[in-house]
Amino acid sequence: MPAIISVGLLLLAWELYAIYSGIRPTILPAPSRVFEQAMLNREALADNALPTIGATLLGFACSLSAAFVLSMLVDFYQPLRRALFPVFIVSQTLPLVAIAPLVVLWFGFGLAPKIMLVALVTFFPMLVALVEGYESTEVEIGQMLRAMGAGRWRIFLLARLPSALPYFFAGLRISITYAVVGAIFAEYAGAAKGLGIYMLNAKNNFRPDLVLAAVGVSAALTLILFGLTVLVQRLAMPWERAGKKTEGKGPRR
Amino acid sequence: MSRLELRHVRKAFGGLDVLADISLSVGAGEFVSILGPSGAGKSTLFQLLTGAEHGEGEMLFDGARLDDHGRHFAFMPQRDALMPWRRILDNTTLGLEVQGMRRQAARACVAPLFAEFGLAGFERHFPAQLSGGMRQRAALLRTVVQQRDMLLLDEPFGALDALTRTAMQRWLEQMWRHHRWTALLITHDVREAVFLSDRIYVLSARPASIVREIKVPFSRPRCLGGEHARQASALEAEILDIILNPQSIQRTRP
Ligand SMILES: Nc1ncnc2c1ncn2[C@@H]1O[C@H](COP(=O)(O)OP(=O)(O)O)[C@@H](O)[C@H]1O
Ligand SMILES: [Mg+2]
Repeated sequence: MPAIISVGLLLLAWELYAIYSGIRPTILPAPSRVFEQAMLNREALADNALPTIGATLLGFACSLSAAFVLSMLVDFYQPLRRALFPVFIVSQTLPLVAIAPLVVLWFGFGLAPKIMLVALVTFFPMLVALVEGYESTEVEIGQMLRAMGAGRWRIFLLARLPSALPYFFAGLRISITYAVVGAIFAEYAGAAKGLGIYMLNAKNNFRPDLVLAAVGVSAALTLILFGLTVLVQRLAMPWERAGKKTEGKGPRR
Repeated sequence: MSRLELRHVRKAFGGLDVLADISLSVGAGEFVSILGPSGAGKSTLFQLLTGAEHGEGEMLFDGARLDDHGRHFAFMPQRDALMPWRRILDNTTLGLEVQGMRRQAARACVAPLFAEFGLAGFERHFPAQLSGGMRQRAALLRTVVQQRDMLLLDEPFGALDALTRTAMQRWLEQMWRHHRWTALLITHDVREAVFLSDRIYVLSARPASIVREIKVPFSRPRCLGGEHARQASALEAEILDIILNPQSIQRTRP
């Protein structure tokens, strides 16, 4: 609720500034105009949003699977961590601006380079989240399971994997926002369709209102994906809320 | 007669001597406590027994060397180690599941014990929704249903407030009279050791060795008032003296 008020106030200030400063709409269009144009061009926007959503989700699915498999390998075989992590850290420092055009150059204007870029920006945060999550397992739980006669694989499934869930979802919330940005960047560098290329074309046609409309769509997309992760987390971790309900009787509420 | 027997067990972590020389025995159906200051190496002893660490010396169970560690002990770690993501019922079946029992069968095994452990009605709760005392009872239930030869309890009530702890000690004493588990309890609470045990081994500070073995002569059920309470207090005072003035005692065993 406070978020809605603050965004509303910001939009209001922007609207007033655009009306009373006499700035030309080809430089700074008022929010009302952006909205109006967005409605007029909604088909084109939807048409271009779909490939972006596709690239985001597919890329994210790829990086998630890869991060999951690798996190397990690293957890079972610690030396791998020292061997691989430097490589991944370097992969995170590559500037997207420079990499995106290259990837498009190598893999063409289709879906593949977008998926790759999305995967590139989201893989490492997910891997780190998972590996740290496994390590957060309570030592006593591990000792107890071993005393019960559980092997490593059993301990991983019964204790380490569930212990990693909060970390996993924290990583997911951050990565999902990177994923949208990554997809748009990839399209910006060259695509047949997509929000990124739509923004580029709108800019080249001196239509900042349409650029902003596309920005609005991508923001909405990010918010929806973010909301979905929160929802999935609630469903996947019912014990978190159950615990809070009993604690929350205090001054918190 | 004695089920568990340790002879001159020693353990060092790197250069740090933790257990200097531990010899002890626990008989069938006997409740034995290991009493010592914090950091003495009490939990380390359980790590050796459960096979998490390896030390020197001999560890025998029913006369045979301990090597397949999983078999004999049901271990309750120092913190309750309940899994926050499992409901209480599923936490208590954990040991049976690890042994290969189907989840449904394990639940059927454990469910009838909930009333006796004061947990009836909380089967579907998550650990975070339970009080400290209930969590400890759940952890104990998870431990005893494994049907192992012997219980290893590491400071089960150490994290509880004084009132709850006393209530839990009385409850455990009563439970033990019904079930006669063979049990080894770690504690740093003198009163707890005297109230619950048949015998007490008093440990020195690190590197730990056994300073004294004490038989607790009181009959069960352990009475709470009158002459008994006076004798118990006298014994507690004597033990405190041993722990707090170690230099005055040179003998190892009385
Ligand atoms: N895995 C380990 N590696 C190194 N030192 C350890 C390890 N486990 C315990 N210790 C040390 O052994 C000593 C005794 O620990 P512990 O057995 O937990 O004491 P207690 O249970 O009696 O309080 C402590 O000083 C602790 O730092
Ligand atoms: Mg300890």
